[in-house]
Amino acid sequence: MSSFLSLSKALFRGFLRDKVTIFFTIVFPLMFLVIFGALFSSDSSTTKVEQVGKVQALDSLKAQDPDAYKDLFEVTKTSHKDAALEKVRQGNSDAVVTQDGDQVYIYFSKANPTRAAMVQGTLAGIVNQGNIHTLQAAAPGTRITEVKPTSVEDDSLSSIQYLMPGILGWAVSIAGVFGAASTLVDWRRNKIMRRLRLSPAPIGSVIGARIGLSMVMSMIQLAVFIAVASLPVFGLQLTGSWWMAIPILMVGTLAFLALGMVVGCIAKTGEGASGLGNLIVMPMAFASGTFFPLDQSPAWLQTVSLISPLRYINDALLDVMVRGDGPVSVLPQMGILLGFAVVCGAIAWKMFKWDDL
Amino acid sequence: MDAAIRVTDLAKHYGDLRAVDGVTFEVARGEFFGILGPNGAGKTTTLEIIEGLREADSGEVTTLGVSPWPRNKSLAPRIGVQLQASAFFDRLTAREQLRTFAELYAVSRNRADEMLETVGLTDSRDTRVEKLSGGQAQRLSIACALVHDPELLFLDEPTAALDPQARRNLWDLLRKINSDGRTVVLTTHYMDEAESLCDRVAIMDHGKVLNVDTPSALVRGLDAPTRISVASGHLSADESATIADGNAEIADDGADLTFVTHRPAAVLTALAERSALDGLRVRGATLEDVFLNLTGREYRA
Repeated sequence: MSSFLSLSKALFRGFLRDKVTIFFTIVFPLMFLVIFGALFSSDSSTTKVEQVGKVQALDSLKAQDPDAYKDLFEVTKTSHKDAALEKVRQGNSDAVVTQDGDQVYIYFSKANPTRAAMVQGTLAGIVNQGNIHTLQAAAPGTRITEVKPTSVEDDSLSSIQYLMPGILGWAVSIAGVFGAASTLVDWRRNKIMRRLRLSPAPIGSVIGARIGLSMVMSMIQLAVFIAVASLPVFGLQLTGSWWMAIPILMVGTLAFLALGMVVGCIAKTGEGASGLGNLIVMPMAFASGTFFPLDQSPAWLQTVSLISPLRYINDALLDVMVRGDGPVSVLPQMGILLGFAVVCGAIAWKMFKWDDL
Repeated sequence: MDAAIRVTDLAKHYGDLRAVDGVTFEVARGEFFGILGPNGAGKTTTLEIIEGLREADSGEVTTLGVSPWPRNKSLAPRIGVQLQASAFFDRLTAREQLRTFAELYAVSRNRADEMLETVGLTDSRDTRVEKLSGGQAQRLSIACALVHDPELLFLDEPTAALDPQARRNLWDLLRKINSDGRTVVLTTHYMDEAESLCDRVAIMDHGKVLNVDTPSALVRGLDAPTRISVASGHLSADESATIADGNAEIADDGADLTFVTHRPAAVLTALAERSALDGLRVRGATLEDVFLNLTGREYRA
């Protein structure tokens, strides 16, 4: 026990002083979270519109419902139609709107079809709303059918809800695979492994201390990720059983450490270990729904993802952290992760060598 | 008293390579024992078998009276192995490093601090291991091997890549360690090191022990001629021939006039009678000559 503690202390001290590892396991994935989070959240529903002359639909919306007007449009009023059209062509604005009698004209660029469709849809909606009011006033009591679209998700389900668990899982996989592989290779090469073997410290203490370090690292990652994603800019909303992320990340860490040990047994040099590690971690990230939802991926990729431990972590983390599922619902994923750890651990144990010959 | 190490007819091969091929020797307790040999002679493999890191194919090994294979937990606290200077935990200071090993061997932290003092690293105790100089790292490495006060210490080329001051410094430390009663086994490429430190040396090549004896006995056994040199230009060719008197070969390279002889006393006396001792140097055979004589001079990568 005392050898476990002293090794843990030595490893943890070394980790805290290791700026490169801290960068790659915490700051680097966090950068992805921030970049992707900003990328997707800027996808707002406000459209930039150049209004040339009077457009009754817009003006009356502004008068009657200023809040909706502000949410939907960012209107620039101008009298120079050609200049306004050029702005749209350049992509600096989404559309030019003019009204001539009963006709509302919308000029848009095909370069951004999504924006074009949004402007058309919103404006058509407002104009029709106006028409309905006019008709209702003319013929009171007329029955009208209205469409009320409602999202099945909670109102708060923004992109961060999806991104945070996925990138967290990815961060833990990086820390586990690279951590175990490089420790194994480095310790074999610089003969720390031999020094430990010559000491009375049981091998269990050595492995246990290394696992302990990774567990602590994954908890730090969890805390930092939750803290950053919960900032008002990102607005992460955790659901009830989010704390289940702790045991999920623990079994996940075991699985990735075991995978990293296999890598460390195969690779002879540090460069080899990081190359092989990348070869496993990068495809795994894409095949496991880290950056985009798995159900938007092609069927073959979804099949491939079945052998990726990261898929089960991401899935389980999503379930408890943002989908609002209960603790029991993720037990199957945790079981699979544990099985993965056992299989990889057994392979690593078979391949393990104390020394380079 | 029982020997510290007893090796009988030890063999180990990797594929077709007979790394260790019938090695037999004994190291007495308290002895400073050297193993010399060219690269690939089988020194390292032999030591690794004695330390319990590898299993021998055949032969008998007893280390401090017990068999080192399979891993013998009772042996670990009794032997110390100095490893290359980079075999440290990353980013720890010298003191943290040593304390970690002290804890692994269940010895007190004070003992670790004492060891720092012994190897002269007290002033560098808060320096990270990566920032230590070559000599300091080497001394820390030795301190790590000694922190649990082992009876038997293995040193693998402890002064490789050190400057002359650091080497002499380390030699003093090693002598002190040995004079405290520990058995020390040293492998080295430096013949002067072996000659200066070791009570006995074994010379190995091609997996076999070629000779084991005290350095001086090995040198005497070589029966090599003595080289006596004086400054060139003070003695005429005739005078030189008279001094040599048929007992010495004469060589003059313009800087040194050298007599190569098996009867140095006669030559020295004749030189002294003529007051011709300016710049006198007398060089006998060294362990290096013995080594080259036994292992050959051809270059090996």
